[in-house]
Amino acid sequence: MKRVYVNEKWCLGCRLCEYNCAFANSGLDSMVKALKDKPIFPRVHIEEAEGITYAVSCRHCKDPLCVKSCIAGAISIQDGVIKIDKEKCVGCLTCVLVCPYGAVAAGENGAAQKCELCLANSCGEPACVAGCPNNAIVYEER
Amino acid sequence: MSEYVIVGNGVAAAGCIEGIRSADTESSITVISGEDHPVYSRPLISYYLEGRTTIEKMNYRPADFYEKNKVKVIYSRAEHIDSKKQTITLTDKQKLKYDKLCLCTGSSPFVPPFEGLDAVEKKFTFMTMDDSLALEKALNPESRVLIVGAGLIGLKCAEGIAERVGTVTVCDLADRVLSSIMDNECAAVMQAHLEKHGISFMLGDTAVSFDKDKAHMKSGAEVGFDILVLAVGVRAEISLAKEAGCDTDRGIIIDETMLTTVSNIYAAGDCTQGLDSASGEKRVLAILPNAYMQGHCAGVNMAGGKEAVTNAVPMNSIGFFGLHSITAGIYPADSEIYEDHPAGGIKRLYIKNGRLAGYILIGEVDRAGIYTALVREKTPLEEVDTARLRLSPSLAVYKADIRRKKLGGVV
Ligand SMILES: Cc1cc2nc3c(=O)[nH]c(=O)nc-3n(C[C@H](O)[C@H](O)[C@H](O)COP(=O)(O)OP(=O)(O)OC[C@H]3O[C@@H](n4cnc5c(N)ncnc54)[C@H](O)[C@@H]3O)c2cc1C
Repeated sequence: MKRVYVNEKWCLGCRLCEYNCAFANSGLDSMVKALKDKPIFPRVHIEEAEGITYAVSCRHCKDPLCVKSCIAGAISIQDGVIKIDKEKCVGCLTCVLVCPYGAVAAGENGAAQKCELCLANSCGEPACVAGCPNNAIVYEER
Repeated sequence: MSEYVIVGNGVAAAGCIEGIRSADTESSITVISGEDHPVYSRPLISYYLEGRTTIEKMNYRPADFYEKNKVKVIYSRAEHIDSKKQTITLTDKQKLKYDKLCLCTGSSPFVPPFEGLDAVEKKFTFMTMDDSLALEKALNPESRVLIVGAGLIGLKCAEGIAERVGTVTVCDLADRVLSSIMDNECAAVMQAHLEKHGISFMLGDTAVSFDKDKAHMKSGAEVGFDILVLAVGVRAEISLAKEAGCDTDRGIIIDETMLTTVSNIYAAGDCTQGLDSASGEKRVLAILPNAYMQGHCAGVNMAGGKEAVTNAVPMNSIGFFGLHSITAGIYPADSEIYEDHPAGGIKRLYIKNGRLAGYILIGEVDRAGIYTALVREKTPLEEVDTARLRLSPSLAVYKADIRRKKLGGVV
């Protein structure tokens, strides 16, 4: 299965991935409307360690703790992709408690959200990868 | 072909079904369900009262779950197990044979024998969907509610009904709220927040006897109420197991494969006492993730596969009125404690023997799972960047090669 991987060496820390992610998942057709003058809730985030930056998003683990731990039965694996049913999620954040990658977080309305590879939004494939100016994030089979 | 029988139909049972089916798609599975509902998300009963979910959405699995997994559900209770003949007798005297049995009987509310309790008309426990629906019927905007027990269940109930009643008072013999998961400092933060949202507390004090609509407290005080909720504590359902000859203590004793001390009988979830790897002791860990993982593990092993649960630790994510708290591990008295106040919240890290033994976060909880992983995996802190660890949880706490492995391959 194709997943998102980072290439620390090439990451500039520009955070375009965060903006592209938030836009792709906003359901809006203009980046300005989606992002300007408001807090954004991207599903990928940039971390920094000793001057090195890298993007972190859901690993789509093979044996995911979030799926096993969700108290609402709202997280499932569909064809290898881990998905959160926003309607069922009550925002308890047990997934945040257990994700060892720090890749799940509360979204704008309190429900948990994470990378679902943009498969269901208008982008169709990971927007963070598509918009990365330096190929520091890739979407491939490993 | 084997005959699998599961007693109980909660999350541990769901995990067991999925565990069995991951290794054996053919043999028959029978579930005996004491409650009259398909498996639902028990922790959501307070969210239901709060209007944040619906009965429909509380279904833990899709409607075709049993059918898809070829599971027969019998809505009845198991009364007796004969572990020699490997049979199980139900309330209606129906007898089932099993090759492998899993006890997923959960826990029940513990109600102390209070004097005068019989005189109280509107009294409730808060464990099941039916409890929640019954309590809902009794609520009205003027109700004065007294909740006995300031633990997770009592306080979740308080949050669930706060907007639908007149007053909510919570009493507890402990001198702080959430005493099983919070230290004094953090409990005080949670309590203040709950008070801001109209919940009153009587701590270090508890009801000792009741009249029809009045509680007599240990301190001598009297508290009038219209509705009484008893959330003193829960007890593991161990009677069936005990009778079948399984070793029991506070829960059914299990090994790392979820096997009890009787052959072909497994147990999983709130009814068990398994290894808490944070304390090194066998304890009842009555939390949903543990129930699922133990159930899954039991199922795999029942079906001839190999799985073990070796790193279960106490952990909780619980919010009240928009304030989240996440906790994991244990808080040994002789730990080195690191405290900080990010974004107006509180963070306390308990460090002992060069490991993160436990932590409590209130408010700012982003990426807490990175701390949980350090607790679960008992990672030696010399292998991580402790200055960063204190600052905030991130993958930057790990050395570069470990981090690259985590982000660079299939995990
Ligand atoms: C209000 C509330 C809030 C909670 N919040 C959280 C939370 O936020 N996070 C968290 O991790 N956990 C939470 N929990 C705990 C969580 O719900 C439990 O850990 C979990 O449901 C345990 O699952 P289980 O399958 O082991 O047992 P249960 O869900 O208790 O299921 C056991 C079932 O077995 C049935 N049974 C028992 N004996 C028999 C018999 N002889 N024959 C047939 N059936 C039988 C019972 O009727 C019951 O339906 C909460 C619990 C409550 C009550």
